[in-house]
Amino acid sequence: MGRYIIRRLLYLVAVLLVVSAITFGLMHAVPGGPFDREKALPPEIMANLEKRYHLDDPLLVQYFHYLSDVILPQFSTQPPSVSLEDDALMKFQVGGIYVRWMNFGPSFSSRSRTVNDIFRQQLPISGQLGLMALLVALTIGMPLGIFSALKQNTIFDYLAMSVAIFGVSVPVIVLGPLMIWIFGVVLGWFPPTGWGSKPPYVLGLFPSDLSWNGFWKYAIMPSVALGLGSSAIIARLTRASLLQVVREDYIRTARAKGLRERMITIRHALKNSLIPVVTILGPMFAALVTGTFVTELTFGIPGMGRYFVTSITNRDYPVIMGTILLYAFFLVIANLVVDIIYAYLDPRIRYD
Amino acid sequence: MTAELKIDPRKMEQMGGGAPLTQKAESLFVDAMRRLVRNKAAVLGGSIIIVLILVAIFADQVALKPFAEQVLVDQNVAPTWVVNIFSTMKPYTRISEAYPLGADYVGRDLLSRIIYGARVSLTVAFIGPIISLLIGVTYGSISGFFGGRVDNIMMRIVDVLYAFPSLLFIILLMAFFKTTFTKLEPGTLAYAISQLDQRMGGLLFIFVGIGLTAWETMARLSRGQVLSVREKEYVEAARTIGAKNGRIMFSHILPNIVGPLIVAETLAIPAYISTEAFLSFIGIGVNPPTPSWGAMISDGAQVVRTYPNQTIFPALALAITMFAFNFLGDGLRDAFDPRLRGTQ
Repeated sequence: MGRYIIRRLLYLVAVLLVVSAITFGLMHAVPGGPFDREKALPPEIMANLEKRYHLDDPLLVQYFHYLSDVILPQFSTQPPSVSLEDDALMKFQVGGIYVRWMNFGPSFSSRSRTVNDIFRQQLPISGQLGLMALLVALTIGMPLGIFSALKQNTIFDYLAMSVAIFGVSVPVIVLGPLMIWIFGVVLGWFPPTGWGSKPPYVLGLFPSDLSWNGFWKYAIMPSVALGLGSSAIIARLTRASLLQVVREDYIRTARAKGLRERMITIRHALKNSLIPVVTILGPMFAALVTGTFVTELTFGIPGMGRYFVTSITNRDYPVIMGTILLYAFFLVIANLVVDIIYAYLDPRIRYD
Repeated sequence: MTAELKIDPRKMEQMGGGAPLTQKAESLFVDAMRRLVRNKAAVLGGSIIIVLILVAIFADQVALKPFAEQVLVDQNVAPTWVVNIFSTMKPYTRISEAYPLGADYVGRDLLSRIIYGARVSLTVAFIGPIISLLIGVTYGSISGFFGGRVDNIMMRIVDVLYAFPSLLFIILLMAFFKTTFTKLEPGTLAYAISQLDQRMGGLLFIFVGIGLTAWETMARLSRGQVLSVREKEYVEAARTIGAKNGRIMFSHILPNIVGPLIVAETLAIPAYISTEAFLSFIGIGVNPPTPSWGAMISDGAQVVRTYPNQTIFPALALAITMFAFNFLGDGLRDAFDPRLRGTQ
C-alpha cells in the first residue's frame, strides 16, 4: 500500500508538470498581453512593465522561472519583508531559518495583491461552498437512495426517483435564479447574493463565525443549488447498488441464520452497497469543486470563480496558471483518497 | 428443384436463411426497443425531443418575430397572465399583450428568442455526442485493439488529460479560440475558420471545446468494451480465416460495442447542453445576438428581482429539455441493460 501511494504521488507530480506545460503554452498562445489597454501604453512604460514581470524573457525561461518559484522552497535567516515579491503561500519558521514555499507570483490585474493573497482569501470561500455542497449531496442522496431501495416499486420509490431525476436535470444556472427568486425575493428567507464568512479562517479554510447571520443565511441556498444534482446521482447509485446487494447469497445466508431484518440491512447490505458510491465520490468532488465556479457566478459569491474568468480576459497569467494547477492538484488527490478508501472498504482489492 | 438451386446466396441471407448472428443482434435491438416503448417516461422524453426538434427546424415559421428585432419602447413589458403569476411585478410593469411571455431589456420577444434558442441547444445535443464519439471511439478502440505498450501509453495520456479541471480548461480554450481567430487577414485557413464560426453564431468553437474535453470518457469506455470483445471466439475465428485488422475492427468489433456507447452518449447529452448554456451564461459561448438559453438566463438574472419572467422562462425551457434527454437516456439504458431484464 505504501509503495502504491508513493507511486501515485510521483504520478501526481508528472501530471501537474504536464498540466502546467499545456496551460502555459495555451495561455501564451492567446494573442494580447496583460498590459494591453484601449489606449496603448507608451513603449517605454510597456518595456519597463514587461521587464518588471520578466515577460521579456524567452517563454521557456519564464516557464522554468515560474516552476522554480512554486516548487522550490526559499530559505533565509532574516524574516521575509512584507513586499509582494517576498510573498508565498506557505511561510513558516524552522529554528532560526525562515522558509517561504509555493510562491504563485503577483497578480497582473490587481497590482496590490499576489496570487497567494487571492488563494488565501478567495479559495476558502470556494472550499466552504464545495464542502457544503458535498454535505448536501451525501445527506440528501444516501437516505433517499436507501429508502427507495428498501421500498422498491412503491409510491415512495417512484416519488424519490422523480425527485432524483429532477435533481439531475436541473443545472445550477437554472436552479440558481429560480431559488433566488423564490426564496430570496418572494419569500425573503435568504439574502439573494453574497457570502457571509470573512477572513480570518480557521485552519485557513473553515469559517470562524458559524452563526446564522455570519454563515448559514448565505450558505444554504448556493450549497443546495450546487449539491442537489450530485445528491440525485448518489441517490440513484445507492438505490441501484443496494438492490443488487440485497440479492446476493450472503444476504440470504444472513437471513437464514435468523438475523433481524434491520441488522441485515445495516450490517450486511448497506456497507457493501456503499462501495460503488465511494468510487463516484472522487469524480463527484471534482465536479463540485469546479462546479463552485458556476454557483459563485450565479449567486454573486466572491470565490475563485470570478477571479478565474476575469483573469482569462485580462491575460493575468499567474492567476490562470495558479488556479488550474491548484484545481488539478485537488482532482488528483481526491481520486487518490477515493482509491485508498476503496481498498479499505473492499478487502478483496489490493494495490501493489 | 433446379430453380431453387439458382437462388443467389446473398438473397438467401436477406430471406433469413443465413447470417444467424445479425439476426440475433436485430432481435436483441427490437427487444430493447419494445422495452423502451413500454417505458412511459422515456416515451414522454422522446416525444418532447421530437417536438423540440420540429420547433427548432421550423423556428422561422413558429416564432412571432425575428430573434434580433429590438423594439426599444417595449423594453421589459409583460402580458397580463405573466404579471398575475409574478405578482411582485404588478406595480411597475407595463402591460403589452403583443409579447406572449414578455420582452427583454431591449424589447426583444422572449418567446421568439426561446424558440430560436432551441436551435442552439439541440445542435449541441446532437453534434456534441458525434464529436466525442468520433474522437473517443477511434482513440479508445485503437488503444484496446492493439493492447500492450500502445495501450499503456495511450491510456496514460488520457489519465493526464483527465486530471485537467475540464470546466476551467474549456473556459481557457474558448478564450483562446475567440481571440486567436478574430484579427486575421482574409485568405488564410484560420480566417476561413473564424468566418465559419461567425456564421454559426459562435457554435463552432463550442463544438471544438466540448469535443476536446468530452472524448476521454468515451475513449475509456470504448477501450474497455474492445478489450472484452477482442478475445471472443468470433474474433478469433475471423482472424483464423485471415481477416485483416481493419476488417475485424469494423465488421466484428465495432458493431458489437456500439450499443453501450450510444447509451452512454445519450446519458451525456444533458451535460453537453448545460456546458453550452454555462459558457453562454458567462459570456464566452455563442455570439450575441444569437439566442442561447444560457445567455438569456444570464441577461435575465441581472434583473431577476424586478422582472423574474425574463430569466425563469428560458430556465424552464432549458430544464424541460434536460428532463427530456435524461428520461430518454435512462429509458435507453434500462432497455439495453440485460441485468435489468426480468425485474420489471
